[in-house]
Amino acid sequence: MIWNDDFETLPREAIESLQLKRLKQTLERVYATVPFYRESFQKAGVTPDAIKSLDDLRRLPFTLKQDMRDNYPYGLFAVPLDQIVRIHASSGTTGKPTVVGYTRRDIDMWAELMARSFVAAGAHRGDVIHNAYGYGLFTGGLGAHYGAEKLGASVIPMSGGNTKKQIMIMQDFGSTILTCTPSYSLYLAEAAADEGINIRDLKLRVGIFGAEPWTEEIRNEIEEKLNIKAIDIYGLSEILGPGVAIECHQAQHGLHIWEDHFIPEIINPDTGEVLPVGETGELVITTITKEGIPMIRYRTRDITRLIPEPCICGRTHVRIARMSGRSDDMLIIRGVNVFPSQIESVLVGIDGIEPHYQLIVDREENLDTLEIQVEVNEKAFSDEIKVLQDLSDRIRREIKDVLGVTSKVRLVEPKSITRSEGKAQRVIDRRKGK
Amino acid sequence: MKVEQISIFIENKSGRLAEVTEALGDMGVNIRALSLADTSDFGILRLIVDKTDLAKATLKERGFTVNKTEVVAVEVPDRPKGLFGILEILDRAQVNVEYMYAFVERCGGNAVIIFRFDNPEEAIKVLTQNKVNVLQGSRIYSM
Repeated sequence: MIWNDDFETLPREAIESLQLKRLKQTLERVYATVPFYRESFQKAGVTPDAIKSLDDLRRLPFTLKQDMRDNYPYGLFAVPLDQIVRIHASSGTTGKPTVVGYTRRDIDMWAELMARSFVAAGAHRGDVIHNAYGYGLFTGGLGAHYGAEKLGASVIPMSGGNTKKQIMIMQDFGSTILTCTPSYSLYLAEAAADEGINIRDLKLRVGIFGAEPWTEEIRNEIEEKLNIKAIDIYGLSEILGPGVAIECHQAQHGLHIWEDHFIPEIINPDTGEVLPVGETGELVITTITKEGIPMIRYRTRDITRLIPEPCICGRTHVRIARMSGRSDDMLIIRGVNVFPSQIESVLVGIDGIEPHYQLIVDREENLDTLEIQVEVNEKAFSDEIKVLQDLSDRIRREIKDVLGVTSKVRLVEPKSITRSEGKAQRVIDRRKGK
Repeated sequence: MKVEQISIFIENKSGRLAEVTEALGDMGVNIRALSLADTSDFGILRLIVDKTDLAKATLKERGFTVNKTEVVAVEVPDRPKGLFGILEILDRAQVNVEYMYAFVERCGGNAVIIFRFDNPEEAIKVLTQNKVNVLQGSRIYSM
């Protein structure tokens, strides 16, 4: 099933001509209404009428998260506040949050893209959508909510937290679709087991997981533990919120990015140069229909590549590969680039440890140290010390093989690593300020 | 002829050992013998108790990682070379000792040692053949 056949299966030439038309309109609008864009275009020596093809997009300057902070709160809005019907903000881990505003048409467009995404994931009318993304300033909860209503499914606005109640409702209300972060889905499975409920026996059929990077191995683990199909969804508040891109349930390989609303580019994060299609780099997105706060060449910091090959589901929109990490999640340990997702891939492949881990990075005598804390479960536990030491040696060796970094592995008791109800905190970097 | 032992994974942080003993005490479980093996990060507490299954269930419920293994309780003469005599028998039969620890109570005039073997059946066979007294589980739990 496809939600919007007309747009989701447009031939390539039609997508591109639509993109160019909408891009030009967006550029003219932001040039006229947003001082930040006018100045940055002028500084780069381009005007909107110089953009005559999609290739010309690369002549425009990037927009950074810092630009949003510098223009806090409403400086990048392209419409007066009396046309903004909703305001969201991302968590400001460093100082002020980044603020986004939506016009009524933006909200409708978002609901449309989320409805498309639900259908791509295999949801339909009649489904009971258990929405455990946080409701509030975070875009996850309301974004998924409006899409679920647009689809005509029954949405349960659970929000995050209160895990025991989540399980009760999931069981009693017969939830068929779960939306939350991947790490929270595993926590739910574990908490259900503690209540004596096998989450595999519930009616859940599909999980739509996003808001943090996860790996193929974790997908297998979730699918096995929850007995569902696990679908990767992508979005970020600066661009829209959830529903920018999603995997189709047919292929579960790469996320279709809705190209009638966004133009994706992949750049070399160090040089800013646009990379050939298929190469891995940082995802840059331009919005071409958003009214409230259009984004021109926004640097997402997410690392991926484009998959241009046609998809078996029939959708023609290009796919982006599963995010391999964020350029700002990347740790540099003794000069080696390390993504937490690489460590996760190793850990999930080892029997007897739980998919919960934490990385502690520190500096001792000017040398970076990496400690990996992993939870031992009953399968791996033995009354003999050497068995456990073999386990931690094996983890250390495999990490070294994959990353080329020496680490210290610390086995910890099950459930001793803090469970997150939103985005998992995988890394504690104690080097800051040292 | 085998004795049930529970082992518990204990992270090296203060209070964990106390929590184990408190949990067992609350359920009226009495510890008959214990040994703690430790590394810099974690330890393994091995216990022989009077109510093995209750102890295991109680600890699991409190979130501990627990498993149950079988060990062998052997009566050892309480005199010089008493333990040596036993180990010599095992060595001749090429039975490997993973670890061992002493039991608190005595059995008559003799000491009791708990052995974890890689091959407990073989160990019991050679010990019995050599007239060493291997104690029954039921005897140990109630000693």
